[in-house]
Amino acid sequence: MPRITHRSITKKLTRMNMLVSGAALCIACVAFVAYDLVSFRQAMVYNLSIQAQMAGSNSVSPLLFNDPQAAENTLSALKAAPNVISAGIYTLDGRPFATYWRDRNGQGQMLPKVPATQTEAHWFKDGQLVLVRTIVFEGKPTGTVYIRSDLREMTHRLKRYAGIAAIVLSASLIAALLVASIFQRAVAEPIVHLAEIARTVSREKSYGMRATPTGKRDEPDILIGAFNEMLGQIQERDGALQQAHDELERRVEERTAQLAAANKELEAFSYSVSHDLRAPLRSIDGFSMALLEDYADRLDEEGKVHLQRIRAATQRMGMLIDDLLNLSRMTRAEIRKETVNLSSLARSVAEGLQEAQPERRIDFRIEDRLEATADPRLVRVVLENLLGNACKFTSKKTSACIEFGKTRQNGNSAYFVRDNGAGFDPAYANRLFGAFQRLHGATEFPGTGIGLATVQRIIHRHGGQIWAEGAVEKGATFYFNL
Amino acid sequence: MDKAILLVEDNPDDEALTLRALKKNNIKNEVVIAHDGAEALDYLFGTGKYAGRNTDVLPQVVLLDLKLPKVEGLEVLRRVRADKRTKLLPVVILTSSNEEQDRIDGYGLGANSYVRKPVDFNQFIDAARHLGLYWLILNEPPPSRRS
Repeated sequence: MPRITHRSITKKLTRMNMLVSGAALCIACVAFVAYDLVSFRQAMVYNLSIQAQMAGSNSVSPLLFNDPQAAENTLSALKAAPNVISAGIYTLDGRPFATYWRDRNGQGQMLPKVPATQTEAHWFKDGQLVLVRTIVFEGKPTGTVYIRSDLREMTHRLKRYAGIAAIVLSASLIAALLVASIFQRAVAEPIVHLAEIARTVSREKSYGMRATPTGKRDEPDILIGAFNEMLGQIQERDGALQQAHDELERRVEERTAQLAAANKELEAFSYSVSHDLRAPLRSIDGFSMALLEDYADRLDEEGKVHLQRIRAATQRMGMLIDDLLNLSRMTRAEIRKETVNLSSLARSVAEGLQEAQPERRIDFRIEDRLEATADPRLVRVVLENLLGNACKFTSKKTSACIEFGKTRQNGNSAYFVRDNGAGFDPAYANRLFGAFQRLHGATEFPGTGIGLATVQRIIHRHGGQIWAEGAVEKGATFYFNL
Repeated sequence: MDKAILLVEDNPDDEALTLRALKKNNIKNEVVIAHDGAEALDYLFGTGKYAGRNTDVLPQVVLLDLKLPKVEGLEVLRRVRADKRTKLLPVVILTSSNEEQDRIDGYGLGANSYVRKPVDFNQFIDAARHLGLYWLILNEPPPSRRS
């Protein structure tokens, strides 16, 4: 498993350490060195002042007795102080009286003025310390001492301090690195470990992993504890979800099996109905007929009419059984949707209807290029019913006009079948699609009243809607969508 | 010589009505009636009740109902088609059922025709006439094994 490199956190810790210790040390060093240098300067000035005083007081006599040689001897004692570059005694009026040069080649120099109020003045200029002091004898200025010193010692001292500071800083940086490496074990390692585990869990979705706690009861440890808890919760929830899913699947299977069983039962029922219910009907009709034929001479008109009614009733029951069977078949049938050319289907149905009634002139107006996604067999049943109805209910008109097309109603597109036949009373529109509901008597138009119920069942199974508009004797229009 | 019609029908009413319809159409062929599938097979293969019958003489057409006791209609059909002697025998399924599966099975097992018995007796008489006209007169039967 590839290790995440510790660069980020550890690096930060190291840098932090080094920065802190470095900064602290720098400030300390700077403070100490500055203080030291300042006091050193003061000491230098003090020393130089003492040397000036001594040289001055020793030069009083030579000045008074005008003995430059003696003054120079005094001055040459300054050789003992290696920092003195040059020194000079000046008379009251500013003339050089005696000089001393550390190095052989000396240069002329200007004697700077001592301000009147002070006995002594000094200043640092061009890397040198210049001190001027008035020689006072018995309260009277007698001359001036001038000493010039270099700052070599100070510079040297400064350099030494810099060196020490550098060494100390390096040492402390190394120490910081060491401390960081110890720290990373305590602080960074658990966090890095946690990051690794989190990444692995997230990538591999293996919620069974856990991070190892450090046992130190600090924040990283708390984090690890909480993380492990969360993983545990996720696992639990996953488990519950899986269980629920399995339970659901099981239930779906159960229901499907139940549904399949119910369907099978229904099929068996339909089969039984189609076979066994019709046989007695046949007997009733057949033997009524036999009675009518064989015993015609022994029956009076009323008797014959009774028998006719018996026959009519049995035949009607036969039709009802057939229609019900059909309806049941439409509900059970599997829907296999494909692209259906409605126009050609309608034309084929229309042709069949016209052929069945060659004596009538039916004007079919079918829109071209109508297509839909539906089960072709079931849609054929829909069209057969709707167009068949249109035919039936226009049978009493001299010229029947039946249209099939597509239109827009309430912003949605819908197909429609319109005829100019007997129509229906819109007050009873809600009963149109009920099973066995009829809005016309059997004597007006034949039918069992199951056609529209079948159509509605099919349309609903396709997820569509069907509705109708009409008026008495003014034709009817049936709209549907799929 | 007129060949016989084998009518396999368990319902006595239907049997009476079928005979009546045939009579109404002046079909005078002998009608042999089997009341269940086993009897039909006995007749065709000369076993059981019909042991000793000359099995070379077969009916011109078999009118077979599907729902029969003892041996079901489709099973009779299967056995008829399986036996060399009766393989070519014309069988018309005459039944109340219009279930698709029955039709699939019937044709699948080699029935020559499938006619649904109408409830209306007039239609039944019509159907009988058509059947008689076709199977007894128009249709050429398969050659018999020895004639």
